[in-house]
Amino acid sequence: MLRLHQNDQTLDPQSPLAIRGLSVSYGEKPALFSVDLTVAPYSMTAIVGPNGAGKSTLLKAALGVVPRLSGQVSIFGRALASERHRIAYVPQRASVDWDFPANVRDVVLMGLYGKMGLLRRISRDDLAIAEDALAQVGMQDFAHRQIGQLSGGQQQRIFLARALAQNADLYLLDEPFAGVDAATEAAIITLLKKLKDAGKTVVAVHHDLSTVTAYFDHVAMINTRLIAQGPVAQVFTTAHLQEAYGGRLATAQIDRLREAGHY
Amino acid sequence: MNGAEFVPLSLPPILIGILAAIACALPGNFLVLRKQALIGDAISHVVLPGIVLAFLVTQALDAWAMLLGAGAAALFAVVMIDVIKRVSRIEVGAIMGVVFTTLFALGVLLLEQSSASSVHLDVEHALMGNLESLIWLEARGWASLLDPVALASLPTELSRLALTLVLIVVLLIIFWRPLTLSTFDEGYAESLGLPVRAISLGLVMVAALAAVTAFDAVGSIIVIAMFICPAAAARLMTDRLRSQIWWSVGFATLSASLGYVLAGYGPLWIGLDNSVSAAGMIATVSGLILALTAVLGPKRCATTT
Ligand SMILES: Nc1ncnc2c1ncn2[C@@H]1O[C@H](COP(=O)(O)OP(=O)(O)O)[C@@H](O)[C@H]1O
Ligand SMILES: [Mg+2]
Repeated sequence: MLRLHQNDQTLDPQSPLAIRGLSVSYGEKPALFSVDLTVAPYSMTAIVGPNGAGKSTLLKAALGVVPRLSGQVSIFGRALASERHRIAYVPQRASVDWDFPANVRDVVLMGLYGKMGLLRRISRDDLAIAEDALAQVGMQDFAHRQIGQLSGGQQQRIFLARALAQNADLYLLDEPFAGVDAATEAAIITLLKKLKDAGKTVVAVHHDLSTVTAYFDHVAMINTRLIAQGPVAQVFTTAHLQEAYGGRLATAQIDRLREAGHY
Repeated sequence: MNGAEFVPLSLPPILIGILAAIACALPGNFLVLRKQALIGDAISHVVLPGIVLAFLVTQALDAWAMLLGAGAAALFAVVMIDVIKRVSRIEVGAIMGVVFTTLFALGVLLLEQSSASSVHLDVEHALMGNLESLIWLEARGWASLLDPVALASLPTELSRLALTLVLIVVLLIIFWRPLTLSTFDEGYAESLGLPVRAISLGLVMVAALAAVTAFDAVGSIIVIAMFICPAAAARLMTDRLRSQIWWSVGFATLSASLGYVLAGYGPLWIGLDNSVSAAGMIATVSGLILALTAVLGPKRCATTT
């Protein structure tokens, strides 16, 4: 596997996540082509784009979960390997089998495995961290529930609790609002905003264009290539949406989306 | 049952059956959860050419040479699958099908070549093993269990399987966290920096080790059954992985001991005068246990969604 990261450390030292010239391919067709992205510190950044645009791939490549064809990634100005512990990844909920024999607390404790290593026993402190993470997502009463018996929204909350237990500085979430109820959506966005206020950086793949303006301060639009990135007010424009989504969004629809953000 | 008969004739095969069953059931839990349960079946096909080759090279039924050959064949298959997957992007199931069938066919061809030679190696033995023949000739009764001279003549399969089982248990304890995490959520595990490909390769290698060691003693039918049945039945009894593992060990033990006894004495009890194959009966019992848990297991609803 050929990976180029000799220059990873030299990218923007301020940015929690800086990407240069990232290309990824699963087959002949590239899923991402020469993408540059610089996430602003302490921002809440939405990654938007049509289905199959490479949004999930972007997060996975940034984390080294899928190999890069080319490009560099730096985390807080340093190589990924040395800064992994500062990142918490929340994969798409549908990416795992929820019939796995584990309860809610087992899954949240997985967020501490990096810290615990192979053989150290689970301590009181670990349990307290897990409990606190569950309380933050309003799931403290479900610690002993089998994960297969949770609703979609509850599953998303415990994925988030697992990430919170990591106590990271950069949160990378893949469609955290997909298939969740309205109450969960509100709870998650409140929590993410609290993280931002506490000096963390949040990057989320987001599929609902009507809430981009209300939820996020920065946005990156991609469709295999990067279309635009920057503050929502400057970048979330009709022209960019047209470019990212092609003919898939009518102009009238886009106007409505933009208005939705300005209530 | 008196000791003078039971200890030399029945105790070793029962113990060997139990050890083989547990050694396969432990990795089986993870293979079933990863939906790779058929890998046990596959491995037992793949090892055939390795065993035959070892036999052709050494011209003897030397257990260690055959184990080595089988292990090498399993490793070769696993690496082949990985290489083809990365080069061709074909779905893993299809690749496994091709690699395993090819290697098995190669084994059969080699086997035909070997049948010309002086020592005989037959397919039935590979399939069913010969549990009943693993007897302890030096034993005179229960007292022999404390007699070092008699103990030294226990079938070597017993100590080999015991060693394998200890190794598997130690590996399972050490790598419990990475193994469970990457089984549940591979992407997340990788984001933490865990070497998920090495972990999944390691699991298959451990399964191959269990399969190869057990295969030599008890044949491939038990191997295939024990990778799947105890773990699948255990999943229907509990919602926690740790207790699922314990249940699977219990079911493996029950299948091996009950199966052996039923094979030896069952036909006599219903008035027939022949015993049936222990390997076949053990596999059947494990299947029956799975069927019972599927009907009565407390957690059977959870897995239907
Ligand atoms: N594991 C994979 N193997 C092959 N192709 C993939 C894989 N994952 C994603 N792709 C392809 O890569 C492209 C981008 O996928 P993805 O990053 O999941 O898009 P998005 O998250 O924006 O919907 C799509 O065309 C998809 O079909
Ligand atoms: Mg996606």
